[in-house]
Amino acid sequence: MATYKTTNARLNPEACEAPNNQVQSESFVGNLKYLVVGVFFGIVFVKAEIVSWFRIQEMFRLSSFHMYGVIGTAVVVGVISVFLIKTFRLKTISGEEVVFPEKTFQRGQIFGGLMFGIGWAITGACPGPLFAQIGAGFPAVFITLLSAIAGTWVYGYFRQRLPH
Amino acid sequence: MVEFLSKPWPWYVAGVLIGLTVPALLLLGNKIFGISSSLRHICAACFPAGIPFFKYNWKKEAWNLFFVAGILVGGVIASQLLTNPEPPVIAASTQADLQAFGITDFSGLMPADLFGTDGIFSVKGLIFLVVGGFLVGFGTRYAGGCTSGHAISGLSNLQWPSLLATICFMVGGFLSTWLLLPFIFKLF
Repeated sequence: MATYKTTNARLNPEACEAPNNQVQSESFVGNLKYLVVGVFFGIVFVKAEIVSWFRIQEMFRLSSFHMYGVIGTAVVVGVISVFLIKTFRLKTISGEEVVFPEKTFQRGQIFGGLMFGIGWAITGACPGPLFAQIGAGFPAVFITLLSAIAGTWVYGYFRQRLPH
Repeated sequence: MVEFLSKPWPWYVAGVLIGLTVPALLLLGNKIFGISSSLRHICAACFPAGIPFFKYNWKKEAWNLFFVAGILVGGVIASQLLTNPEPPVIAASTQADLQAFGITDFSGLMPADLFGTDGIFSVKGLIFLVVGGFLVGFGTRYAGGCTSGHAISGLSNLQWPSLLATICFMVGGFLSTWLLLPFIFKLF
């Protein structure tokens, strides 16, 4: 996982797209802080109804601003945050330089993007909300999650033969 | 306070909190916000099957599994302790379109017509759970990320491939909603 710059599928099959760039390793207890961030995040997902199949339908039917507002605001806050971290060279809490991986163009962003979009409108969920939906009392979504894991596996299996 | 928290949160509150996840993960431990990678780590941990794409040190990425476990717990907390007493407000035009498709349940976050447990072994379950889930898992990994990794993390760092991916997510969703769903609902 050392080379992040080449996310090109053929060049670097090891690359993780959401990598852990921290040099120091973390214990089980150290990892619990990400669980806490996840808990807050899951609460926001459910309370803002981002996990609702109806909200996703409203978005794709252009009958509500809600989802556009959520994603748009999140991007603006994200852009400002990244800008501030870069400008003031903020360090992580363990004192490391923050790493920003570059994304490389590959055709999978088009083909895979379209496939995910089709699935998004059907399931009403991107991968994050799948976990929140299960927690929020929709056990049938566990099947969706298993199928998403299977989809990821099948992609891994056929990866070398797919256009990238 | 609890009453305020139980109501559905407006988009600007949710948007700010979700946007802040990007710097929170970066500053807590140099982690890039991206959720679909957790599905890959599950494959790498449980069924690597000698596939090169799943041969990497997934334990180094275990933080992402803690993160998604937290999302599930957050879903439990929000639905159990901060329950919205009112049924969700759905835009009238969307509700009318969905009623025309035969959806009858508008009382919760997901229609029981499609996502109830009794439909798991039906054709509806096959399409809405199995086929839909497969497209989400395959598509996000092929695209190299999902709404979090591309639309939020990638755009936050002004990565144009992420903009392209986000546009394709939306195009896929519009095609699916307007062309595919009317066809799917005719099957039942």
